[in-house]
Amino acid sequence: MKKVIVIGNGMVGYKFCEKFVAQESSKDFKITIFGEEPRPAYDRVHLSEFFDNQDAKALEMAPRSWYEEQGIELITNERITDIHRSSKKITTAKDVNYKYDYLVLATGSVPFVPNIKGIEKKGVFVYRTIEDLEAMLAYAEAIQKGRTGTVKAAVLGGGLLGLEAAKAVMDMGLEPHVVEFAPKLMPRQLDRRSSNVLQEKIESIGINVHLSKATNKILGDDAITGMEFGEYDKIDVEMLVISAGIRPRDELGKTCDLEMGTRGGIVVNNKMQTSDPEIYAIGEVALYNNMIYGLVAPGYDMAEVAVNQILGNADITMAEDIDMSTKLKLIGVDVASYGEPFMPVEKGYSIVFENKTKNLYKRINVSHDGKKLLGGILVGDASDYNMLHQIYLNGLPIPEDAEELIVGARGEGEGGFGSVMDIPDAAQVCSCESVTKGDICSSITEGECNNLGDVIAKTKATTGCGGCKPMVVDLVNESLKSLGKEVKETICEHFDFNRQELYDLIKINKVKDYQGALNLFGEGHGCEICKPLIASIFASITMETPNRQVGIQDTNDRFLANIQRNGTYSVVPRIAGGEITPDKLIVIGQVAKKYDLYTKVTGGQRIDLFGAQLHQLPLIWKELIDAGFESGHAYGKSLRTVKSCVGSTWCRYGMHESVTFAIDIENRYRGLRSPHKLKGGVSGCIRECAEARGKDFGLIAVEGGWNLYVCGNGGATPKHAVLFAEQLDDATAIKYLDRFLMFYIRTAGPLVRTAPWLDKLEGGIEYLKQVVIEDSLGIAEELELEMQGLVNKYECEWKQAIENPEMMKRFKHFVNSDDTDDNLVFVPMRDQKMPKAWN
Amino acid sequence: MQNILEQYQSVSEDSVSTWFRVGEVSDFPENSGACIKYKTKQIAVYNFTRTSKWYATQNLCPHKMEMVLSLGMIGDKDDIPKVACPMHKKNFSLEDGSNLAGEDLKIATYPVKIEDGNVYIGFAD
Repeated sequence: MKKVIVIGNGMVGYKFCEKFVAQESSKDFKITIFGEEPRPAYDRVHLSEFFDNQDAKALEMAPRSWYEEQGIELITNERITDIHRSSKKITTAKDVNYKYDYLVLATGSVPFVPNIKGIEKKGVFVYRTIEDLEAMLAYAEAIQKGRTGTVKAAVLGGGLLGLEAAKAVMDMGLEPHVVEFAPKLMPRQLDRRSSNVLQEKIESIGINVHLSKATNKILGDDAITGMEFGEYDKIDVEMLVISAGIRPRDELGKTCDLEMGTRGGIVVNNKMQTSDPEIYAIGEVALYNNMIYGLVAPGYDMAEVAVNQILGNADITMAEDIDMSTKLKLIGVDVASYGEPFMPVEKGYSIVFENKTKNLYKRINVSHDGKKLLGGILVGDASDYNMLHQIYLNGLPIPEDAEELIVGARGEGEGGFGSVMDIPDAAQVCSCESVTKGDICSSITEGECNNLGDVIAKTKATTGCGGCKPMVVDLVNESLKSLGKEVKETICEHFDFNRQELYDLIKINKVKDYQGALNLFGEGHGCEICKPLIASIFASITMETPNRQVGIQDTNDRFLANIQRNGTYSVVPRIAGGEITPDKLIVIGQVAKKYDLYTKVTGGQRIDLFGAQLHQLPLIWKELIDAGFESGHAYGKSLRTVKSCVGSTWCRYGMHESVTFAIDIENRYRGLRSPHKLKGGVSGCIRECAEARGKDFGLIAVEGGWNLYVCGNGGATPKHAVLFAEQLDDATAIKYLDRFLMFYIRTAGPLVRTAPWLDKLEGGIEYLKQVVIEDSLGIAEELELEMQGLVNKYECEWKQAIENPEMMKRFKHFVNSDDTDDNLVFVPMRDQKMPKAWN
Repeated sequence: MQNILEQYQSVSEDSVSTWFRVGEVSDFPENSGACIKYKTKQIAVYNFTRTSKWYATQNLCPHKMEMVLSLGMIGDKDDIPKVACPMHKKNFSLEDGSNLAGEDLKIATYPVKIEDGNVYIGFAD
C-alpha cells in the first residue's frame, strides 16, 4: 500500500482527501493529513459567520468521524518542520518521522503583515483563523468594558477580506474604519466608479472608509491608540485588524530546496508537481503560471489535478487560463467581478450603468466587433451574475445591442439573455465543485434525481460558496419541466400539497384534526414543518386555540409563551394600542417582582416579562387575568400589536383619534392566526409617529379620513407599506382590512409575510386592489363573513387554559416529579437578571 | 457544562439493570414529548400513537446545552422517527440519537416498555 501525506488540513487539503477517496483506485493508498490548527478543516470563506453563532462546528468541512470512516489518518495540532527528499520522510515539530511515497503540500498562506513601525503593539490582529477571531473578540470586549461611547477600530486593507473583517469588527460593537493604500476599494476587482458606489453604500451602514492612506506608524505605548498616515494625518483607534493580502506558507519548500518563485510560492507545473516529481503543491502555496491564486475554486481544481496525477490519470491537468471571477455578498451588498473587469481601449469598449439613488453599478466590457462579452462588474445587484459569467466563459452570442445585457431589452419580451437552458452542457455552473450544466440536467433527465435536494447530494453543486444556487435551481426546474414533471412547492415530505391547497382541502372536507388531515392527504408521522402549518390553518378556519391540538403546535404556541435562550419563557399581556392605566401598570410591576422576572418594554408598545419557568406560567397568568389582562399572542404567528401615536386626543397636530382606532383594530383581530405574524399601526397625522408604513397594515390620518397602506414590514428586509386606498371612513377601512387580511390568510405560503406575498402575487398591488376594493373575484362578501365569524369566536386562550385542569397538565417540567428544572442558571445584569451565557 | 452531557450514555435493551416506572400511559401526551426525572437525569419520552411506539432520549440538547428536547416537535424524516429541538430545529433520530443533518452531535437513547398501562424506562445505573 502506498502512502500519501498531505501537509495542511485547510479547505484545499480537505478537498484533496475528499476527491481522492471518491476514486475507486484510491483503495491501494493510505492518506495521512496533518493540520497545524486544533480543529479539522473548516470553511474559511464563511469565517465571518462565526460571529453570528460562535459555532465552530457549523463551519467544519467534515467532522473528525468522516476522516475515520474514509480510512484517513487526521493529525491536528501538529506542525511539520522538515522534508527529507532523499529518504522520502517528513519530520514533525515533536520530532517524529513519517515516510511517504507521495507528498502533497497544501500549507496555504499567512496574512501579510507589512513592516510598519509599532505593528507589534497589543491590539493589532490578523484575520485568518478561528483563533484569530476569538482573540479579537476577547480584546474587543475588554476595551469596551465599562465604556459608554463607541470605541473605534481600524482594518488595514480594503480588499475582499478586509471588508469582511470590517463587518466582523462592527458586529463586535466597535466603530469600524477601513484604511486602504489604493485610491479605491477592492482594487483587484473594482474600477473607481464601482468602488465609489460600494463605498457610499457601506458608509451608509456605518463602516468608515479612508482611501489613499499609507500608514507610517502605529501609535501607542504598550497597546495601540491610533494610526499615523502623515505628519498631521492620523486616526485614533484602539484595535487594528490587518488584512493586507496573503503570503504563501512556503518555508518547507525552501528548507528542502524545491524551486521557488522570486517573490515566494512553490513553483508547480500543470500537473501540480513541484521540481521534485513526487512532491505536489496545491492551493495558495502553489505558484502556477507565476501566480498565487487566493480563491477557493482554483485551489479545488488543483486538488482535483493532483489526485488524478497521483492515481495515474496523467491526462488531467490544470487549465492554462484560470477564471478569477468572484461574486459575493459583502455586508449585505452584492459585489461581482468577472473576466476582464477593467478594459484597455485597444481590446474593446465598455457600457456602464449607474444609479446612485439605488447604489447600483453595472459595467460590461465587449469586444470591438460587439460579438463577445469580455468581462464586467456588478455592484448592488448581482442577480444577473451567473448568466453573464456563463456568457463570458462560454463565449455565447450576445444581443446585437449589447446594452440589453445590463439594462434589459426595451419594450416587450424577455431580458437580454434568453433562457438558462441556452448555455452549453459543458459550461461549468458550480466552479467550486466543478459541476457542469450537463451534470445537473442529466442527473434529472436520466432519472437519478427528482428534485433540487437529490441533485445537490449527487453533484455537490452549491455546497462551496453557494453563489451558483439560483442558476442550479433554474436548471433543475427547467429540466423537470422538460420531462413534463410539475414543479411544485410542497410543504414537506408528508404532504404533497402547498399551503393554499391544504387550506382548501381541510376547509371543504371539514377535516377535524391534524391526524385526520394526515390520514386523508398525507403520509408518515408529520414533522416540525407541517404540524404548526396545519395548526395555523385550523386556527384560521375555525379560530380554534392551541389548547385543542396541543401536540401539533410549535413549542411557543404549545405553552402559550415565548421560549427563551435558556429554556425559560417570556410573558406578554395584550396592551392594545399601547394604552394602559396606571393600575394595570402597577399589576405588571407587582407580578414581575413577585416572580423575579426581567422586564423590558417591547418594540410593539407593550411589556415583556422574561425568565418564567414552565410551572410558573399559569400562576403568573392567573394574576394577570384577574387584573383584567389577556394573552398578547406574542408567541403566535398571529396578530401581534397595532401600534399607535397619541393622535388628536392629546397631540396638537393630530388629525384623528389614532389611539382609539388602533385599540379597536387590535381588539378586532386579536388572536387571529395567519401564515406569519401580523403587525399594524395607526398614526394621527402624516408625521407618522406610529411607523404605520413599516407594518403589514397601516393607517395614517389625513384630511377627510384614513389613508390605508398594506404589505410593509421591518425585520431583515425592511419594506415600506404601499398606499392602498385614500380618505376612508372608519367602517370602510375595517371592511378593506377584513378582506385584505382574509385574502392573505387564504393564499399566502407558509411563513410568508405580507410584503413577500405581495411581491409574488401576480398582478401585484393593482390586482390586490381589484380583488379587495372592486371585488373582481366576487368573493368580497365571503371574505368579510369569514372574518366576522373568526372575530366572533375569539376567546383568550390563557383564560381557557387556566380554567381547565386537563389543559393545565402540560405546564409542568416533569411528568413524574414536582421538581423544577435545576439546570437553569441566572446571572445579574443592571439590577435585573439574565440567563447565564451559553457554554 | 461538559459533565452534564457525560452522564447521558445510550442504554441498549440488553444492558438494562433497572426498569424505572415513570407513570401511566395517560400521563404522557399523544404524538409529542414529555420530560421525566431519574436520579439527576432528565429524560424526554415520546409517544407515537400512529404506530404505538415509544422512544426516550436525554432531554439535553447537545448543541447549546439546554434541557428542551421534550418540548420539541416529533415526527419522521425518511421513515426515521425524530425530534426537532425547539431552539434551533436540530433534528435527531429517536432510533439511534444521531443528528439527521449529519452533524457531529448525538443524543443518548434509552429503551421504553409499556406494561399494564405503565411506562418504564430502562437504565444501566
